[in-house]
Amino acid sequence: MSAKTAGGAAAAHPPVHPQDHLLRTDRLPHIWCTGCGIGIVFGSLMSAVMKSGLPLNDVAVVSGIGCTGRMAGYIKLDSYHTTHGRALPFATGLKLTRPQGKVIVASGDGDLFAIGGNHFIHAARRNLDLTVICVNNLNYGMTGGQQAPSTPFGAKTTTSPSGSPDQPFNFCALAAACGATYVARWTALHIRLLTQTIGEALAHRGFSFIEILAPCPTAFGRRNKIRNPLDLLRFYYDRSVVKNKISPDQAVMDFQGNLVVGKFVDVAKPTWLDGYRQVNSGQVGEWPEVAAEVPIPEKHLLGA
Amino acid sequence: MAGKEVLTGVHFMDGDEACCEGAIAAGCRFFAGYPITPATEVAERMSRRLPQIGGIFIQMEDEIASMAAILGASWGGAKAMTSTSGPGFSLMMENIGLGVCTETPCVVANVQRAGPSTGLPTLVGQGDMMQARWGSHGPYEIIALTPSSPQEMFDFTVKAFNLSEQYRVPVFVMADEVVGHMSERVVIPPAERIKVVSRKQPKASPDKYLPYKPDADGVAPMATWGMGYHVHVTGLTHDERGYPVMDASAQEQMIARITGKIKKNAAKIISYDAMFMDDAQVVVVAYGISARSAKGAVAAARAQGQKVGLMKLNTVWPFPEEVIADLAGRVRGLIMPEINQGQVVLELERVAGGRCPVKFIGHPGGTIISPRVILAAAQEMLKEAL
Ligand SMILES: Cc1ncc(C[n+]2csc(CCOP(=O)(O)OP(=O)(O)O)c2C)c(N)n1
Ligand code: SF4
Ligand SMILES: [Mg+2]
Repeated sequence: MSAKTAGGAAAAHPPVHPQDHLLRTDRLPHIWCTGCGIGIVFGSLMSAVMKSGLPLNDVAVVSGIGCTGRMAGYIKLDSYHTTHGRALPFATGLKLTRPQGKVIVASGDGDLFAIGGNHFIHAARRNLDLTVICVNNLNYGMTGGQQAPSTPFGAKTTTSPSGSPDQPFNFCALAAACGATYVARWTALHIRLLTQTIGEALAHRGFSFIEILAPCPTAFGRRNKIRNPLDLLRFYYDRSVVKNKISPDQAVMDFQGNLVVGKFVDVAKPTWLDGYRQVNSGQVGEWPEVAAEVPIPEKHLLGA
Repeated sequence: MAGKEVLTGVHFMDGDEACCEGAIAAGCRFFAGYPITPATEVAERMSRRLPQIGGIFIQMEDEIASMAAILGASWGGAKAMTSTSGPGFSLMMENIGLGVCTETPCVVANVQRAGPSTGLPTLVGQGDMMQARWGSHGPYEIIALTPSSPQEMFDFTVKAFNLSEQYRVPVFVMADEVVGHMSERVVIPPAERIKVVSRKQPKASPDKYLPYKPDADGVAPMATWGMGYHVHVTGLTHDERGYPVMDASAQEQMIARITGKIKKNAAKIISYDAMFMDDAQVVVVAYGISARSAKGAVAAARAQGQKVGLMKLNTVWPFPEEVIADLAGRVRGLIMPEINQGQVVLELERVAGGRCPVKFIGHPGGTIISPRVILAAAQEMLKEAL
């Protein structure tokens, strides 16, 4: 991106990096630790947004609370840093009032699946047209490394000092079971595939979910065996096997060599708003004799 | 399925229904909610009405989600509301705080029932008044209106939207089960006679605009999603740019702004009706359904030639400190009936500051306060004062 196209904004310095016009450079340095995987995902997200050709005034980013949740604070778009776990319902209201725009939800595994788990289930069920990016770092990074719904059995965290007694979720299987129409998983080292997948998810109409297994060397790695950030990144990458189009149930993450990544689900289904318009236009008929689902192109409901 | 936005005319409807019509007349086009007695009828009517006029109704998975969704809708540019009762109001508290901190206009109608916990789901209470004031953590100011009839459910809901848009703050319509469920005559004026206020939009260009720099009225213009301002909105303590700043001085400035805009404009926000207050020796200060009981008591006292007056609070928060302080210096006593164990009366006592006795009449809920009890208390107070 040339300095000319990137100019005009209240940046602290003239753009020196191709992604600067999407960054709040006046907020740098960021809070993320050296070796953290969130930055890679953030870079991928910015690349995908740039490549998507979407009008930037029509792209919003919503985050919950956590290290990952700080993404909303660094991206120079309309960006909303909400409460812990509530990014999805906030995004629901945002999206439904401006359906012509694209809403990206970027948040952590704890935010989206522990405190926000119920919202995730229902947002996926409704097939709301949202792109959800979940940085799975296997713990609560922001609060110093506690057990998360992603923490593998036996992994040490500050609240599971002898190893986690819980079984973790398979987020991709959960998303698919709840009704997500696009589901993928990569590690933070699959940068090109990740960027491409985010691009696809942005173009997808409906609830898209991308999980990224990313290192948190500070809070997770150092309490477990792999303390070096690069080693952790490489460990995830080396153990991963790409299996596209398999049932997400089979996309296990046992860290013993079965760390399945890939694109698992990509189907077209009517969104919540399609259904809302359909029922309110009287096209549905009386249950149980309801009409088949018909996707309807979106256009905004509010205003002229 | 086209429908009319403003149902101009004379209606016989209950308070919950009138609340919906007030919201729609004020421009509400987004409702997210979760069913709960005695507020369910608000959601039910909105689910019918909003699709008719191009709005969105969505039933969320809980009240936490409902509150978060209306904040999102507000940043999407819509006027948005939810309705609930005690248990749901409790669940909304964290995101009410987000609304306060991010200065997000929205309306929450709380049709109060008796608590705590599940309490008496179908029976009246006024026990959420202090929760409305202080329920979310941290220092803030809020606006709460207290309708006492279906007509006021309409009027005050319009007003709630206007105040929330003007001051960029969540506004509560603190109704109660009786007001929500009673049916009465409701007059809906022609659209052009209904005053509708919408949030200020920025005039500055995106490179000059500071999202949290207030104008002289204490309120900053609001750039919602899609206007091209690329604003960052956060519940972290933030500066005028909207950027998080983690120190005591940023905190002090932000709190001064979000509390100052309400305090500074309190005289404009506060609303009350005075009945026989000028020559009154004893004044009943009341709100919501208890103001209806009080009105009966005051009328009965006057019929007997006793100088009892009524101050009917239309806004409980901000509390009308100046008017009450002045009143306390002029009368022999103040009485407050509330369907709780004494909440707003604490504020009344504080503001009266010992200048006159303050008597509380209340019970923990399940029924209204009888006018007879208020009348007896007023007569007692008149006697004591002689
Ligand atoms: C209601 C509430 N409870 C707890 C917290 C404290 N808290 C902040 S972030 C966080 C966990 C974040 O974990 P995750 O979503 O995985 O994000 P990460 O930091 O790992 O990216 C918690 C528990 C909070 N902010 N709000
Ligand atoms: S604590 Fe972990 S997740 Fe948070 S910034 Fe540091 S490395 Fe990243
Ligand atoms: Mg995490």
